[in-house]
Amino acid sequence: MSKVIVLAEHQNGALVKATLNAISAAKALNGIVGGGFSIAVVGHNAGAVSASLQGYGAEAIYQVEDPSFEGYTAQAYAQGFHKAVEASGASFVVAASTAKGKDCTPRVAARLDAGQASDVVAIEAHDGGVAYVRPMWAGNIIGKVKINSATQVVTVRPTDFDAATSEGGESPVTVIQAGIDASSIRMSYVGLDEVKSDRPALSDADAVVSGGRGLKEAENFEKIVMPLADSLNAAIGASRAVCDLGWAPNDWQVGQTGKVVAPNLYIALGISGAIQHLAGMKGSKTIVAINKDPDAPIFQVADYGLVEDLFKAAPELTEAIKAAKA
Amino acid sequence: MKILVTAKRVTDYDSKVTPTADGSAINFDNVDFKMNPFCEIAVEEAIRVVEQVGDGEVIVVAMGDEDATSEVRKALAMGAHKGILVECDEAKLDSDAVAKMLVKICEDEEPDLVILGKQAVDGDSNQVGQLMAEYLGWPQATFAYKVELDGDKGAKVLREVDGGVETVSLTFPAVVTTDLRLNEPRYTKLPDIMKAKRKPFETMEPEDLGVDLDSPKVEVLSYGLPSERQAGQIVDSVATLVNKLANEAKVL
Repeated sequence: MSKVIVLAEHQNGALVKATLNAISAAKALNGIVGGGFSIAVVGHNAGAVSASLQGYGAEAIYQVEDPSFEGYTAQAYAQGFHKAVEASGASFVVAASTAKGKDCTPRVAARLDAGQASDVVAIEAHDGGVAYVRPMWAGNIIGKVKINSATQVVTVRPTDFDAATSEGGESPVTVIQAGIDASSIRMSYVGLDEVKSDRPALSDADAVVSGGRGLKEAENFEKIVMPLADSLNAAIGASRAVCDLGWAPNDWQVGQTGKVVAPNLYIALGISGAIQHLAGMKGSKTIVAINKDPDAPIFQVADYGLVEDLFKAAPELTEAIKAAKA
Repeated sequence: MKILVTAKRVTDYDSKVTPTADGSAINFDNVDFKMNPFCEIAVEEAIRVVEQVGDGEVIVVAMGDEDATSEVRKALAMGAHKGILVECDEAKLDSDAVAKMLVKICEDEEPDLVILGKQAVDGDSNQVGQLMAEYLGWPQATFAYKVELDGDKGAKVLREVDGGVETVSLTFPAVVTTDLRLNEPRYTKLPDIMKAKRKPFETMEPEDLGVDLDSPKVEVLSYGLPSERQAGQIVDSVATLVNKLANEAKVL
């Protein structure tokens, strides 16, 4: 039997939702390796984060503290997570494959002399151990891998594991002082320029409306995409092409190297459907494509395709949805 | 200023690759190869940094069989100064082995900056830069969107993260990994390609770098295809679409 530990993530003092998806993945892994799971929190005065992790069934929460953790840096946080893993006795480490998870987790793996499988979408028992399923070649290939080192590190794709729900019960919190040598950390967090929005976050919205080159001009995001997104209380996504053109912030890019989303409803407006874009949204439950080119590859993954000029169809769709919901 | 970059040979990201019938390998027949787009951005950034600082050297490393030489040559044609090919069976490499070999090269070459692509578009692992930084005990800035040099001593790096753009500052030596919009790589012209043939080029083996490729930490068990989505339908009007979304898909 082996123990699992989840590396929790927080932002502005609050737990990041993707940690709950990582907890589900850890529970699935624990179902195979059986030793129970704990959670690691690294931060400065992070008590509120630990408090919000009560009730998920962790046998312990390790809260690793140090003033160096006030602003997030991969170099310092990796040391903090390392201390938590050591305290826990875990040999399986799970983190969500968010920007922070991708940034920090390999450093934790290096400190543990552990192999890491990135962006895992499923976890299976295999040959007395564990196998991890992960997309490769922008999701055109699904690989199954195993990790041979004594400790195994995994980052998981949040969209492939349901968010864990709090079911009650107490997880005792152990606070550990990390004792970071601040002079050894040659990087510092300066700030975050957040794209502030009242809309749901792209990574976990129930509905996403994405715009591509077919929109023809930057202002059509506001004129055409936003009203449709508003009617659905949807997040807004974008193809790489329009992000490159500056029509949408980079943060809106859906794709292999942008965000991977899997909402209940994904509407692609004027997006041709390059392999790299599909990699980021083909896990969506229902996909709608509106494009005047009947040969656009997007129609191969769409559940419903409308071959029509989006300048006519999208505003019509917006009005029809508003009417249907009224 | 000395900068180390990699130039990984990968399948053209517009080609669709498939597994072999038994799932043990990838079928590379009829597939084109080129430099990993993120590596190309890394090479470009390194050359620009050296141009900005006014003096320095860009060393480009590739790992694989002889064919990987063309990616090294391409980087040299773009303006890198010296190339290194680690000749090995690429199929045996995992992220950790690559990182360890690059770390050994860094120990010999002592670069001020390592610039890598954030991920290779075949493996999509997004680990090597971060592993290297930890093994070397260096700071890192991944998913770089902009690098603002502070002389030749350090940099402010803007990074693409969830929710926006994060700024970190770091001192050299450090590892930076590139995101898509960091720069637009230059085209190489025939005179540059000819000049590249005369630039220093070394080959070495994993054993020279103290790494054993026969015990990888991460091993692929099989390659498969993703499950197909059920075929969709073309609808003839917005009205039909809304009807289906409400009553068939039940997403409204």
